[in-house]
Amino acid sequence: MNPSASHQSSVGLAIRKRFLSSEPLRGYSLLSPTLLTMLFGLAMPLLVLFGLSFWLQDYVDFIKTFSLQNYSDFFAKPIYGAILMKSIRISGMVTLVTVLLAYPMAYFIAFRIKSNKLVWLILITVPFWTSYLLRVFAWKLMLGYNGVVNSGLKSLGLISEPLEFLLYNPTAVAITLAHAWAAFAILPIYVSLEKIDRSLLEAARDLGENAFMTFIRVTLPLSMPGVIAASLLVFIPTVGDYVTPSLVGGPSGIMIGNIIQSMFGKAFNWPLGAAISVVSMLTVTAIVCLFLWGTHRLRRAVA
Amino acid sequence: MSDAIISFQGVGKHFGKVKAVDNASFDIQRGEFFSLLGPSGCGKTTLLRMVAGFEVPDEGEIMIDGEPMSATPPNKRPVNMVFQSYAIFPHLDVRGNIAFGMRRSGLSRAELDQRIDEVLDLIKLPGYGSRGAAELSGGQRQRVALARALIKQPKVLLLDEPLGALDKKLREQMQIELRQLQQQIGITFLFVTHDQEEALTLSDRIAVMSEGEVMEIASPGDLYESPSSRFVADFIGSMNFFEAEISNVHGDRIEVDARGIGRTMIRRQERLSSPGQKIWVAIRPEKFQPVFTDPKEAENTLAGTLGPSAYLGDRSHFYVHVADRDEPVLVALQNLNRAIGDMRQPNQPIWLRWTDDAVVVLPRS
Amino acid sequence: MSKRRPWWRADAFTIYAVIYLTFIYLPVLFLPLFSFNNSKYIAFPLKGFTLKWYEQMINSPDMLEALLNSVKVGITVAILSTILGLLAAKAVTRYRLPGRGPVMGFIMVPLVIPEIILAISLLILITQVDIPLSLWTVGFSHMLLCTPFAMLVLISRMEGFDKSLEEAALDLGESAWMTFWRVTFPIVLPGIVASLLLTFTISFDEFVLAFFLTSTDPTLPIYIWSSLRFPTKIPAVLALGATIFVLSFVVVSFSEWFRRRGVKLESSSGI
Repeated sequence: MNPSASHQSSVGLAIRKRFLSSEPLRGYSLLSPTLLTMLFGLAMPLLVLFGLSFWLQDYVDFIKTFSLQNYSDFFAKPIYGAILMKSIRISGMVTLVTVLLAYPMAYFIAFRIKSNKLVWLILITVPFWTSYLLRVFAWKLMLGYNGVVNSGLKSLGLISEPLEFLLYNPTAVAITLAHAWAAFAILPIYVSLEKIDRSLLEAARDLGENAFMTFIRVTLPLSMPGVIAASLLVFIPTVGDYVTPSLVGGPSGIMIGNIIQSMFGKAFNWPLGAAISVVSMLTVTAIVCLFLWGTHRLRRAVA
Repeated sequence: MSDAIISFQGVGKHFGKVKAVDNASFDIQRGEFFSLLGPSGCGKTTLLRMVAGFEVPDEGEIMIDGEPMSATPPNKRPVNMVFQSYAIFPHLDVRGNIAFGMRRSGLSRAELDQRIDEVLDLIKLPGYGSRGAAELSGGQRQRVALARALIKQPKVLLLDEPLGALDKKLREQMQIELRQLQQQIGITFLFVTHDQEEALTLSDRIAVMSEGEVMEIASPGDLYESPSSRFVADFIGSMNFFEAEISNVHGDRIEVDARGIGRTMIRRQERLSSPGQKIWVAIRPEKFQPVFTDPKEAENTLAGTLGPSAYLGDRSHFYVHVADRDEPVLVALQNLNRAIGDMRQPNQPIWLRWTDDAVVVLPRS
Repeated sequence: MSKRRPWWRADAFTIYAVIYLTFIYLPVLFLPLFSFNNSKYIAFPLKGFTLKWYEQMINSPDMLEALLNSVKVGITVAILSTILGLLAAKAVTRYRLPGRGPVMGFIMVPLVIPEIILAISLLILITQVDIPLSLWTVGFSHMLLCTPFAMLVLISRMEGFDKSLEEAALDLGESAWMTFWRVTFPIVLPGIVASLLLTFTISFDEFVLAFFLTSTDPTLPIYIWSSLRFPTKIPAVLALGATIFVLSFVVVSFSEWFRRRGVKLESSSGI
C-alpha cells in the first residue's frame, strides 16, 4: 500500500469520523442558517440600538462621541418616565383582563369539547385574519361620538346625547388591546391545559376533593406555564404598541411607543429615541423577571 | 480461525460522564442467534446502535465481516435493523414499506414484486401488500418491519427489543417463529432484550451486560447451569447463595464450610480450590429434593423449617427457613400431582437434598 | 362522564364561551356590515344596500399596487421563514444540542419584543450600512418575525413523529437528503403547509415593521393606515377588510381540509 495515499485517506477518514461522531456538530450545522440570520437580524441591530443611545443628534447627522446626555434627558424630564409608567400600567391591566377572560375560554375548549377541538380553535382565530389596523379601527367606529354604539343607543331611544367617555382615553386602549390579543392569550393556555394528564384530576377526586378544589390544587398550577407564556406574550409587545393609542387613545391615552415613534418621525432625535427604547426595554425586562420570580415563589408556596 | 461476522475490539462509549459501554471485546459468529441481555441502562441498546451506525464509538473499533466500520454511515452498512417501535412508515402501504430500501437495488419492477411476495410469505402475511400502515396490528407491524429489513439480505439482522410491546401469548408465539425464521434463512441475528427467558429461548449464545460491561458470554445452558459470576448467576433465573469458605482439598473433592448448610463436600473446580478461599455455594431452587423425615446424611443435605409458599399452577415455590441464614431458601417443585401442590403446612421440619452436579461454586470478593 | 344536555340548559362555561365569541366577532362583523351600507358615514341607522364601495376598491390602482406588494413580500417571507424554521425544528428535535434552551430562547426573541423596538433597531443598522430601504428590507424584517412562529409550528409536528422513522430510512440505505424527501417531508407536510399559511398571514398583516422599513412602495397595511385619515376613503377600506376576511377564511378552511387528509400522528396538545 502506498504510504502517502493511505495517510491521505486516513486523514479524510478521521475528519469524516469526527464529524459523524459529533452529534452537536451535526445539529448545529443544520441550525446554522437560522441562527446566523437571527444573529444578523436580531443581535446586531439591538447592539447598534444600544450603541446609538450614547450618541447625540445634530439635525440630520449624528455626533459620534460617547455621551450620557440622552439618558440624563430621559430622567430629567418627568414626562418620559410618567408615560413609561402609564404604559406599563395600561399593559399590565390589558394583560390581566385578557388572560382572565381567555382562561375560561381555553378551559372550555380543553375540557368541555370532546371532538373537533380544532374547529373551535379556528373559530377563535378567524376574526384575527382581518387586518389588525382595521380591527383597531373597528373599535374606533364602535366607541366614537357618532359611532356604532352611540348611534345604535340613540336610535333605540336609550340616550339622547352621545356618550363621550367611550373613546380617546386609556380605557378604550385597554378594551381594544384586550380584544386584539385574545387569540394569542387563549392558545398557550389551551395547550398547557390540554397536556394535563386527566388521570391526575381523577386521582384528586378519588382522594376526596370537590371539583372546585381540584381545579385550584391541580389544574391551575399545572396550567401555569401556559398562563405565564400568555401573559408575557401579551404584556411585552403591548408596552411598545403605538398604533392602538394613536387611533383610539387620544391625548390622554398616549403610550411610550408613541414617544419613540415620534423620535423617529417628527421629533427626529434618533439617539434619544434609542435611549428611551433601551430604558423601556430594561424596565420591562426587570418587571418580567420580577413576575417570573414571583410566580416561581407562588408555585413553591402552594405546592 | 473463527468465522466472526461482527468483531468488537475494545469498544467504548460515554454520554457526558456516564460510561454507557466499557471495553466491549468479543466476536459474533456467522449464522448465530446472538443476544445482548441485561437490565435497563446496561448498554445493550447502545452497543446495538453502534453496530447499526447510529452511535459512533468513542474508543475501539467495530468490524463487520472483516471491514472496520468507524467511517461508514448507517446507510452504507451491510446490516439492517428492526426498531423497537417498528418504525413503519405511516404514509406508505405494506408493499411500499417493504420495498423502501430496494430503490437502488436495480431490480426490475417484476423482480421486485416477486421478491416482495416471497418475503410476505416468509413472514406469514401473504396478500397484505396493499394494506395501509394504520390498519396493521402490533404483531403485523413487527413482521412488516422484519420483512423490510430481510428483503435487503443483510449480513446481520439487528433487533432492538422487538417483542416487548406484544402480549404474552403473542410474544411466545413470535419467539418460536423468529427462531425458526433465523434457522431457515441462516442470517446472523443480533438481538437485544431485557427478558432473560426470551434470551434463553432464542439464542445460540448470550452476552450478559451490566452497567456497560460485558459480564459473561455463553450458551443458554452454560449460562444457566455454570455461570461464572454471582451477578450472572443471580440475573438469570433464581438462585440460592450460601456464604462459604474452602477448608480442605481432598483430591477431586473440596471440603467447604457453608452458612446454613454446615460442612459438606463438593466437586472441585478450577481456580477455586485453595483452602481459605471465600466462595459462594449456589444451588438453583428446582435442584432441591425435599424430604420430611431426617435422612441422616451428612453430605448434600440441609435442614430447615417450612415457611410461606406460592402456588403457581404448574409449579409451587416454597420458602425454607434455615439456621444461620437470614434469607429463606427458595425451593421450586413441579406440581406432578395434586398432593405436592397441597403440601403447604408451615413450621414443619423439612430437609433438602441435592446431587453433586447441582452445586455451582462462584468466587466471593 | 358525558351527559347529554338539551341545548337550552347549557352550563356556565358554554354561556361564557358564547358571550366571549360574540365579543370577539362583533367588532369584526361590523366591517362587512358597513361595507355594504349606502352611506359615507359609519353610523346607525343603516341606509340601504350597495356594492359601490367594492367597485371603488377594485378600481383603485394605489390599493391594488399595495395589495400586490403585500402578496409578493408575503409569499417570499412564507417560503424563507418556513425553510429556516424547518431546519431549526429538525436540529432541535433530532439532535442532542448543548445549549439548546438558550439557543431556542434566542430564536424566539422576536415574539416577545415590541415591534417598534425591532423596527427602529433594524432601521438604524440598515441606514448606518447604507442599504436602501425597500420591500426587501421589509421582507427581511418580516422573516425575522415569522421564523420563530414557523419553528414552533414545525417543532410540534416533528415531535409528534417517531425519530426511528428517519433512522429506519437511513438503515435501509437512503442518503440523508433522500430520507428527508421520502420520509420526513411527506409526514411533516401538513406542518409545512400550516407554517406557510401562518407566516404569510403574519407578514401580510404586519404594519409596524413595514412602516419603518419601506421607502416608496407601500404594503397593504400601510395603505390602509394612510387611508384611515380620510373619512371618504373609509368605506372602501372596510370593503377591503371584509374581502380579506372572507379570503382568509376560505384559505384556512382549505388548509384544515388538507391537513385532515394528511397522516394522523400522536400529539399531546390535540392539535
